[in-house]
Amino acid sequence: MISEREFRACIVELVKKAETRAPQDVRKALQRCVRIERSRVARLQLEMMLENLKLAEKKEAPICQDTGVLSFFVRVGERLDFDVARSIGAAVLEAEEKVPLRMSAVDPLSRVAISGGVWSVNIEPADEGLEVALLVKGAGTENFSKLFMFSPSNGLEKVEAQLLEVLREAGGKICPPVIVGVGIGGDASRAILLSRRALLRRLDVRNPDRRLAKLERSLTERTNLLRIGPMGLGGVCTVLGVKIETAPTHTACFPVAFSFQCWPGRRGLARLVDGRMEVIEP
Amino acid sequence: MKILHPPVTLRDISKLRAGDLVKISGRIFTARDKAYVRVVQSGKAPVDMRGGVVYHCGPLVVRHEEKYEVISAGPTTSSRMDEIQERFLRITGVKVLIGKGGVGEKIAARLPELGCVYLSFPGGAGVLAAGFVEEVEEVIWEDLGPAEAIWVLRVKDFPCVVAIDIHGKNLYTGRMKRK
Repeated sequence: MISEREFRACIVELVKKAETRAPQDVRKALQRCVRIERSRVARLQLEMMLENLKLAEKKEAPICQDTGVLSFFVRVGERLDFDVARSIGAAVLEAEEKVPLRMSAVDPLSRVAISGGVWSVNIEPADEGLEVALLVKGAGTENFSKLFMFSPSNGLEKVEAQLLEVLREAGGKICPPVIVGVGIGGDASRAILLSRRALLRRLDVRNPDRRLAKLERSLTERTNLLRIGPMGLGGVCTVLGVKIETAPTHTACFPVAFSFQCWPGRRGLARLVDGRMEVIEP
Repeated sequence: MKILHPPVTLRDISKLRAGDLVKISGRIFTARDKAYVRVVQSGKAPVDMRGGVVYHCGPLVVRHEEKYEVISAGPTTSSRMDEIQERFLRITGVKVLIGKGGVGEKIAARLPELGCVYLSFPGGAGVLAAGFVEEVEEVIWEDLGPAEAIWVLRVKDFPCVVAIDIHGKNLYTGRMKRK
């Protein structure tokens, strides 16, 4: 059985890697953007972004000063003799010094700065193993998280129209080119979780559901016609990809949630391999 | 390529056109939500900021005994300060803003009269930005917390794009018009 100490050490490493290295698929997508952007200003933004990724990896320094909100998604199929959420909380506190993370947490009412980071843990049972996926989001994108409770008669066109409206409003504030996570169905809370979980999927992994794969492609094309461009300064690269997750919903409900991920696409994955916790990505 | 050495004059600012690349060398001040509120509530700047550069940024800084090391220092979303932006600019006399995402249309329309230009640096490019910081000269209002305090930074060749100039051109809305 894995010890709490080993688990916690792995989570600290997971946070460090996710904060300092962008996933390979995101880098590739950004490099492709440099090749297709015609505007000098747009290309400059992308080149500076890629240069920043190189420097961050070399110096093992956080890609962005906003070390963000940390959302952990845990699947537990092992017997554990410790509390996973509590151990993750302790790991974040440790990471604050070791990575280091910026002290961004505040009391929500007094707004006084506090230590301990901003994190959440979602735990699901699994048949076997132990897996921790991590999503790191800056506040710029977090502030544009949306939940819509549409009417079931609205249809999928409503999803597209609403997404375009939100992106227009967000402009450069969400650090485009962004990744869009869409959660469709479930109850209100599930829809939001689905939209965040969608952001964990690699950009180069197609949705196994053909209908959704098609919708993802068409939403990516439509959103890139907005011409918001890198950092909102104009250009053809606004969205690196759209990822959709769904769940059954109530016949009278049509919940749709949007979560956005800023261009570095910070995320990570750790897993139990041969009895030991290992960081798989990035 | 244009170069700015703060404090700047109206002449310096009026030469800048949206789309220009500009490099800043000299002293800049970070300021965001809480520092803005304190300036506006007290009606005065904590130091002379006239003709100065304000960078919307909450840097990640590590303290080594008496010296500070800036680890990551990209821009934050400027429009959060929209409501009190004009009052802040009038009180402080700041003439250059650096941030990401631009300011709202109402404030953008006021910038020519305020003689203030808006520059953009890529959000999230924190380590790259930190590389242009030569020194932390001073920290003002540290009680606001490390992300919200005013950091007085000396930068060299800090590269930005002019996103909203004082002649009415705005790269953020320019795109909308072209559509």
